Amino acid sequence: MKVLASSSSSSSKLFLSLSPLSAPPTTHHPPGMDIIIPWDGSLSSTDFYLSASAFSHNWKISNPSLPPWLWLPSPKHSFLSSHKVEGYLSLENMCFIKLTEEQESNRNLTSKQESDHDVSLGEEEEEERFDYATLVQSDCHDVNHYDFHIVYSPSYRVPVLYFRAYHSDGQPLSLNEIEKDLPAHSSKLRSESKWTFITDEEHPYLNRPWFKLHPCGTSDWMKLLFHGDPSSSKNGFVTEQYLVSWFSVIGQVVGLKVPLGMLDTVVASHS
Amino acid sequence: MSEAHKYVWEGSVPLQIHLHQSEVTTLPPPPPALVLAPRIGYLPLLMSLLKPHFSSALPPGVDTIWFEYKGLPLKWYIPTGVLFDLLCMEPERPWNLTVHFRGYPSNLLLPCEGEDSVKWSFINSLKEAAYVINGNCKNVMNMSQPDQVELWRSVFSGNLDSYRRVSSKLKLGTFEDEYMENINSVSTKSQQSTEETESAGQVKTGRVPVRLYLWTVSEDFDDFEDAPQIDNWDKVSYINRPVEIHKDDGKYFSLNDAVKSLLPEFFPETSFVNEVDGSINQSTGEEGENTLDPVPSFHPHDNAEIKLVRIQGIEPKLEIPFSWVVNNLMNPEYFLHMCVCLKVSEAKAVQ
Repeated sequence: MKVLASSSSSSSKLFLSLSPLSAPPTTHHPPGMDIIIPWDGSLSSTDFYLSASAFSHNWKISNPSLPPWLWLPSPKHSFLSSHKVEGYLSLENMCFIKLTEEQESNRNLTSKQESDHDVSLGEEEEEERFDYATLVQSDCHDVNHYDFHIVYSPSYRVPVLYFRAYHSDGQPLSLNEIEKDLPAHSSKLRSESKWTFITDEEHPYLNRPWFKLHPCGTSDWMKLLFHGDPSSSKNGFVTEQYLVSWFSVIGQVVGLKVPLGMLDTVVASHS
Repeated sequence: MSEAHKYVWEGSVPLQIHLHQSEVTTLPPPPPALVLAPRIGYLPLLMSLLKPHFSSALPPGVDTIWFEYKGLPLKWYIPTGVLFDLLCMEPERPWNLTVHFRGYPSNLLLPCEGEDSVKWSFINSLKEAAYVINGNCKNVMNMSQPDQVELWRSVFSGNLDSYRRVSSKLKLGTFEDEYMENINSVSTKSQQSTEETESAGQVKTGRVPVRLYLWTVSEDFDDFEDAPQIDNWDKVSYINRPVEIHKDDGKYFSLNDAVKSLLPEFFPETSFVNEVDGSINQSTGEEGENTLDPVPSFHPHDNAEIKLVRIQGIEPKLEIPFSWVVNNLMNPEYFLHMCVCLKVSEAKAVQ
C-alpha cells in the first residue's frame, strides 16, 4: 500500500475512502496534533475481508506451531453467497490447559521472550494461560477446547469476537466455567458488567448460541490505538494492520496473545 | 408521534398456551392458558402469568421457561409480534403455543435467566441501534439508572407515554420524513461530516437499524394456508444489516428500495451496496439467464420476486416511503423488524 506523505489533506481523503459513511467526529484531539483525522475507528466489510487475509497470513508466518486462522465463507446461505467478502475468520480447537507446577519451566520457555513487554500477564502467579507448546496435540484430556470466530458486524462496522468452549467430551462450558479460564482482569471486568462485556449471543452465521465480546466501544479504542501510534499518523491508516492491532487488544481478554513477531512484521512492513 | 405508533404499542397477539405433555403430572391436565401477548413484548415476560396457571401440574425441578410452535423452539429475544408474523403465515387466532418449564434446549436457544436477560438483550439492541443511527452509543451508555429502569418498565408494561418521555432523551430522533429535500441532505451529510460534526456533536448517517428475517419459497402459493411452514430456524436467513438510505433522481426511497438494497444477492441491479468488490456481477440481472457467470457459484436470482413483506402484522405497499415505515412501525429498541418472503424459481434456488 502506498503510504501518503505528510500532506494532511491527502491523508484525510484516504481515511474517508476507507470508510465512506463514517460519521462520528474525532472527539479526541491529542495535544500538538492539529490535523483532525476524520476516521472513526471502523472498517468496511470489504476492508474487513482484506484485513482478515493479511491477519491470517501474518499469523501463519509468526505462529507456525499454532492452528491457523481460516477464512470461512458464509455457510448460512450458500444461495446468498454472491459476496465474496461474506464470511468470517475461524480458529478452532484451541486447547486450554491448567498449568501444573512441573509445567512452569515450559511456560517460562515460551513466555520468556515476551515477558518484558507483557504487562497484564504474568502479574498473577496463579494466572492460567494457553500453553502454546501443547496446543496442537490431539490427545488433550481434561482440557477445555475453545473455538474463536472473528465476525464482521455491519451495525458497528468493526470485527467482533465470538467464541465457544467445550469439555473434551463435547459438553459445552457455561460462561461461569469459562470465566475460570479467563485472565484475571477479564473475570473482574465480567463481574462488574455482567450484561455488557461478554454476553450470550447467537452466532450470526451458524444460528446457534455462542459468546460474544461486546463491540460497542471497539471503534473508539481502535481510534485511540492508531492515534497514539506516531507511525500511523505519519503513514496513514493501513487496512491490513487493523485486525492485528484489534486482536492485540481483544486477544488479551480471552488470554490469546498476538506474538510480538506479528506486530514486528506489521511495523517492519509499514515503516 | 404518530397514531400508527400507538397502534403498534397496543397491538397484541392472542395466545393459547398449552403445557407440554411431558411436564403434565396431574389428571386431568391443566387447561390451556389464554393470554394477550403484546407484539412489542417478549415471550419469557409472560412467566408471571403462566407460572401460577401451570405450577400445580409441574414436576419438581427448576423452572426455565421456553416456548415452541409446532416443534420449533422459539427464540425469546425476537419480539412476540415478529415471531407471529414470521411463523404464522396464515395468522392463527388464538396462536397455539406450547410452553415448557423444563428441559431447556440450550444447544439451540440462548440461555434466558428471566426478565434480566430479556432486559439486557433489549438494551444491547438499543445500543446497537443507537450506534447505527448516531455512530456511537454514548446516549444509551450514559443513560441514568432511573431512566434505564423507566425505559424498560415502559416497554415491559406497554406504557407509550412513559416510553416517549424517556426515549426522547436518547436523541435518536426519527428519520427524515419529508421525502425529497431531507433525503437530499442525508446524502450530502457524509461528505460534510467533518465540519458538521464539530458543531452538531452527532450526526445522522442515514443508516437505519433493520432486522430482516428472510425465507424463500420455490413454488408459488395463492393462499397463505398453502405456504410452506418454517419448521427449522436454518430456513430463515437473519439479516442484520443497516439500510442506507440512498437517493437517485430525486425519487423517494421506498420500502421496495430498502428490501432490495438488503438483498443484493437477489436484486443485483438495484444494489446500493457500494463497498462490495467486483465479484458481484452487477450486470447479470438484466435478462440473460445464460450469460456466462464469472463467479462459478453465483447464480443471479433474476427471477426473485418479493412475495411478502410483513411488518407489525401488516403488509404495507412496497411503494410507500421507507422513512414512514421506519418512523411508524419500528419496535421500541429502534429496530425495524421485517419478515420477508421471496419467491425464487426452483432452478435457481441453490441451497
